[in-house]
Amino acid sequence: MDLFEYQARDLFAKHGVPVLDGEVIDTPEAAREVTERLGGRAVVKAQVKVGGRGKAGGVKLAADPADAVVKADAILGMDIKGHTVHKVMLAQTADIAEEYYVSFLLDRTNRTFLAMASVEGGVEIEEVAVNNPEALAKIAVDANEGVTDAKAREIVEAAKFPAELHDQIANVLKTLWTVFIKEDALLVEVNPLIKSGDGKIIALDGKVSLDENAGFRQPEHEALEDKAAANPLEAAAKAKNLNYVKLDGEVGIIGNGAGLVMSTLDVVAYAGENHGGVKPANFLDIGGGASAEVMANGLEIILGDPDVKSVFVNVFGGITACDAVANGIVQALELLKNRGEDVTKPLVVRLDGNNAELGRKILSDANHPLVERVDTMDGAAERAAELAAK
Amino acid sequence: MAIFLTKDSKVIVQGMTGATGMKHTKLMLADGTNVVGGVNPRKAGTSVDFDGTEVPVFGTVAEAIEKTGADVTVIFVPEKFTKSAVVEAIDAEIPLAVVITEGIAVHDSASFWAHAIAKGNKTRIIGPNCPGLITPGQSNVGIIPGDITQAGRIGLVSKSGTLTYQMMYELRDIGFSSAVGIGGDPIIGTTHIDCLKAFQDDPDTELIVMIGEIGGDAEERAAAFIKENVTKPVVGYVAGFTAPEGKTMGHAGAIVSGSSGTAQAKKEALEAAGVKVGKTPSETARLARAALAS
Repeated sequence: MDLFEYQARDLFAKHGVPVLDGEVIDTPEAAREVTERLGGRAVVKAQVKVGGRGKAGGVKLAADPADAVVKADAILGMDIKGHTVHKVMLAQTADIAEEYYVSFLLDRTNRTFLAMASVEGGVEIEEVAVNNPEALAKIAVDANEGVTDAKAREIVEAAKFPAELHDQIANVLKTLWTVFIKEDALLVEVNPLIKSGDGKIIALDGKVSLDENAGFRQPEHEALEDKAAANPLEAAAKAKNLNYVKLDGEVGIIGNGAGLVMSTLDVVAYAGENHGGVKPANFLDIGGGASAEVMANGLEIILGDPDVKSVFVNVFGGITACDAVANGIVQALELLKNRGEDVTKPLVVRLDGNNAELGRKILSDANHPLVERVDTMDGAAERAAELAAK
Repeated sequence: MAIFLTKDSKVIVQGMTGATGMKHTKLMLADGTNVVGGVNPRKAGTSVDFDGTEVPVFGTVAEAIEKTGADVTVIFVPEKFTKSAVVEAIDAEIPLAVVITEGIAVHDSASFWAHAIAKGNKTRIIGPNCPGLITPGQSNVGIIPGDITQAGRIGLVSKSGTLTYQMMYELRDIGFSSAVGIGGDPIIGTTHIDCLKAFQDDPDTELIVMIGEIGGDAEERAAAFIKENVTKPVVGYVAGFTAPEGKTMGHAGAIVSGSSGTAQAKKEALEAAGVKVGKTPSETARLARAALAS
């Protein structure tokens, strides 16, 4: 889960990373009072989870409280690379002498954590990595040893920070590591980390991404979710503990197992090339068990998607054999009927694996007018695409 | 021969007395797995009856190894306790730990992996968030359905559970030496490369099927490894060509970020290494058949 800048700033402040005073607002009028409190001047910053907001006009300096209202009004509602600005952060103005970069992140390739630091901050770090790789220090951090004094010193030396700043930046690194560990983050990034005119080191802008799997020990993280931005179908699916992602096509997809569902999306997209370019409408993994209730919940979400024209149910029967899955589908359709859902979209069902013959017979015997059985994954994808293109 | 797991493997189950552990211990026993014990400190000294097979419960992994000579542990404990279960297995120096549990926090995986390295890497870890591994006809450790295939000459390594089953089923007439589900999390213990190396060295394996998915660069690195080190034919499949950027597709590690981790890049890397890559699972199965026939 990626956070907004103001949420990252709050987490930085909570763990002792030096930040400037600031406050987030969602109406222009609120800018006046906040700017007064901040000393009469403020930087107005669009809160969007996308880079390049400065170039897009999403960051403005307000010279006084009245100006802050005007600037906030201009930025609120703005569209930045497809993201609408619903909130702005007002922050104290800073006297910037130098801009640096520091971050901690997961290094998948080496199965460890990584510190990155550079004296060339304030620009996209990907550009530094490509154009001037020597300027970006990368130091592995052992997950259990963490950022000790020695490790912090190693990082500041590798990044060639000015000697007089070593102690200050090493301290910032240690507090930032605390954020990374205590908040179960996958990324904490400060860009720019500035040296102010009077020699102070301050985190001016930050990015934090949190691990959703750590929710069991991070009860406060749920409140950081941007519920307003979530697609309503995704929100409804999440409320039912379904692993669902909305996509922009017409063929609804249900399957068991993440890999099989991903593969199903691909096979449907290939089939769609022959049927007017129809595409998968969603990713939905109902898990290995594929019980009737979970199947019904999944079908309900997908049938509630107005973009969906046909549904492809792709199940491989493993430990839960196909006869149980077929009964699940039949019961799911009954359940939906009892819930008052009018099932009007065609369903193509492919069952394979354990007890496939028995499962297919159950579906045939049920003889549901909207359920069609196709016994191969490729054939079923073809048929679902054909039905969606009608 | 097979890889990592044979009929002689002695298996203990951490979390055997929980609902999931009970269910799958029963299935593992039915597939012929030599389950010699369970681990649960609160139930140490008791035993569990699985259709007539009495399986003793020990207080610790170390005790279970001492009493039974176990050389494999399979971990079904809930995600909150998985890290300490894996650390216990590493400290007991058991040769193979198979971590089935899904939804583990990345900091926990990073921590037990760092611990394994610090302890000299004596324990091979498979997973987390994986279906386990099977050597058909000999032993089955994890949650792979044991009756969808048979022993044979294909070695299979896969990030995805159900795609593993799909492929085992499609090629069931030929059969498998071993099939290993390595899991789709950002940090996993045993990688594609580890399995490719083991299958290359396994005389029972004639062909290797490798299943990847979006996210990370494991497939690209596997491709480089194949080019240099694998002489047996390899057939590949990659899931997630149509996955959009920035959306996690079910597995915590299955995400395309920027230009990295795309299915297309993985397919191209594999093909450049001489791997035939199928567009769909069924085409992949056809390619495997053709490669074995030639």
